[in-house]
Amino acid sequence: MINLPLLPILIPLLTAVILMFFPKRIKAQRFISLTAIGATIVASIVLAAEVKANGIQTLNLGSWPAPYGITLVSDMLSVLLVLTSSILTFFVVWYAMIYMDDKYESFFFYIGVMFLLVGINGAFTTGDIFNLFVFFEVFLISSYLLIVLGGKKAQLRESIKYVLINVISSALFVTAVAYLYAVVGSLNMADISQRISELGNSGIITVIAIFFLLVFGLKGAIVPLYFWLPGSYSAPPIPVLALFGALLTKVGVYSILRTYTLFFTQDTGYTHEILGVLALLSIVVGVIGAVAYREVKTIIIYNIVVAVGVILYGVAAMTPASLEGAVFYLLHDMVIKAALFLLVGIMIAIAGSSHLKDMGGMIRDYPRIGWTYFVAALALAGIPPLSGFIGKLLIVQGGFEAGDIVGPLLVLISSLLVLYSAMKIFMNGFWGTPKAYHGAKAKLANRLWVPAAALVLIAIFYGVGTEAIRPFITMAVEPLIDPAIYIEAVLKE
Amino acid sequence: MKKPNDVILQTVTTVISFIIILFSINLFFAGHYTPGGGFIGGLMTAAALVLLLLAYDVKTLNKVLPFNYQVMTAAGLLIAVLTSAGALLFNEPFLTHAYDYFDLPLLGKTSLHTAVLFDTGVYLVVIGITMTIIQTIGESE
Repeated sequence: MINLPLLPILIPLLTAVILMFFPKRIKAQRFISLTAIGATIVASIVLAAEVKANGIQTLNLGSWPAPYGITLVSDMLSVLLVLTSSILTFFVVWYAMIYMDDKYESFFFYIGVMFLLVGINGAFTTGDIFNLFVFFEVFLISSYLLIVLGGKKAQLRESIKYVLINVISSALFVTAVAYLYAVVGSLNMADISQRISELGNSGIITVIAIFFLLVFGLKGAIVPLYFWLPGSYSAPPIPVLALFGALLTKVGVYSILRTYTLFFTQDTGYTHEILGVLALLSIVVGVIGAVAYREVKTIIIYNIVVAVGVILYGVAAMTPASLEGAVFYLLHDMVIKAALFLLVGIMIAIAGSSHLKDMGGMIRDYPRIGWTYFVAALALAGIPPLSGFIGKLLIVQGGFEAGDIVGPLLVLISSLLVLYSAMKIFMNGFWGTPKAYHGAKAKLANRLWVPAAALVLIAIFYGVGTEAIRPFITMAVEPLIDPAIYIEAVLKE
Repeated sequence: MKKPNDVILQTVTTVISFIIILFSINLFFAGHYTPGGGFIGGLMTAAALVLLLLAYDVKTLNKVLPFNYQVMTAAGLLIAVLTSAGALLFNEPFLTHAYDYFDLPLLGKTSLHTAVLFDTGVYLVVIGITMTIIQTIGESE
């Protein structure tokens, strides 16, 4: 089956189109979308096994040979990301079925989620820079729908900011691609990489590298381009927030990871140093935000910025260990952020408010939720048996190997403060004197717990089973260290 | 308020909109060899429908052309996706198209290409989206 790399894109696309015929029949919408995401997960697992057995899978769409047509490239990195995002979407949609009102669901909610998944899986899989832009737009336009759906005042206000920022960054993306095309004359990523290395050390390539950093930095929320994130992400309902927090910024991070390991490897002293400094600044700003706020959603949102910084610091160090750490941490962070947003969403549902001053003593009535949150918080900070540990360890090790001292120390200190910010929620929300709760959805809490706990369970397995997962990650890192593997797989000369 | 009499506009519109639709269909089919194609064809068909909307009103247009434009969009997408996915049945890469020459009555030797089906999808989506946008804005108070 040569079309295997396509299936994680095609299945949600076809489902979204079919769902458009009967948007008001909620039961059918729920059933079909869950089944389709399940099928996507199965397809990604089969694809992962195929990549593991036979190396990088490529598919030339329309039977046009590699540099002339659009190529889909599934290396281990993109397969793992596709698999992770499909699994996350599955549990978030499950959560949304319980959480959302019928009225909300009947206005194209599941269709929006399916198109979001199409865009994300496509962005992870594509091997063509302009096609990457198109898939960015696919998931951005779906995210515009999801952020404004419901029409509350805050949503309208924040969606204007969000749309504006993303329209600007998309225009910058097109301009950057135009510059790159003018210089190298190709859009196929493997071909671009080859031509850039033939071009040698050229100033314009460095300019384009910074341009791309600007574009993907706006999407992936690095300092100083993160300013839109806290406001925009606090507007939509919790399941949508979980999808955004776990997936959208990570596509930006993936794009930086891809372009900075495949294209811009000539003048790393300049480009990767800037990336490293911005990554460390993101860690600092994110940590300050996470410590400063007492609003549960905002705390976790600032933790996104910290994680983006940690991953990009690993990318900037460019040693095999730090890249492996970055991939480990990327996958971990997607899962754990989704889990945390879902758990915090349950707390908000119980308390009817998202401020810590309205919470307290929830462990008495909801012990399962409390302890699940506790484990998730430990995993977020990177306590050894859990999932965040190995990634950070490798990033710190890579940082030291690269001869940097400040970076790794900052990463370590940030873990402490991230733990503090997550524990602040636990201590104030779950411990202390119980309060009277006014949440209209409090009765749903135990049903909402199931998908969230499933995600935490995945995070635990990811941490405990590091030994089993490591070969996959090592394989994912190979083309990042040596772009020739990627180029050869695509161009097959 | 006195109702304005639009007899000239309405009479001209009935004639003109047919010409526009014919031209848009011409653009649609010419797309493979000359400028044109699904996008501009669909946009121009939608323009003819908008002209009808201007001369008459939403209710009249819905009565004359009882389309559900949301379903039309979905159908267009379905046609485009299925045409591209048809290649999967022959174990060819997605989006691989095929063509051949056929002897059709009246037209003679004609090349038929599956890309036209894909374009039909685009055409329907463009009409569906444009009309959905205009009708939604027009009907909202």
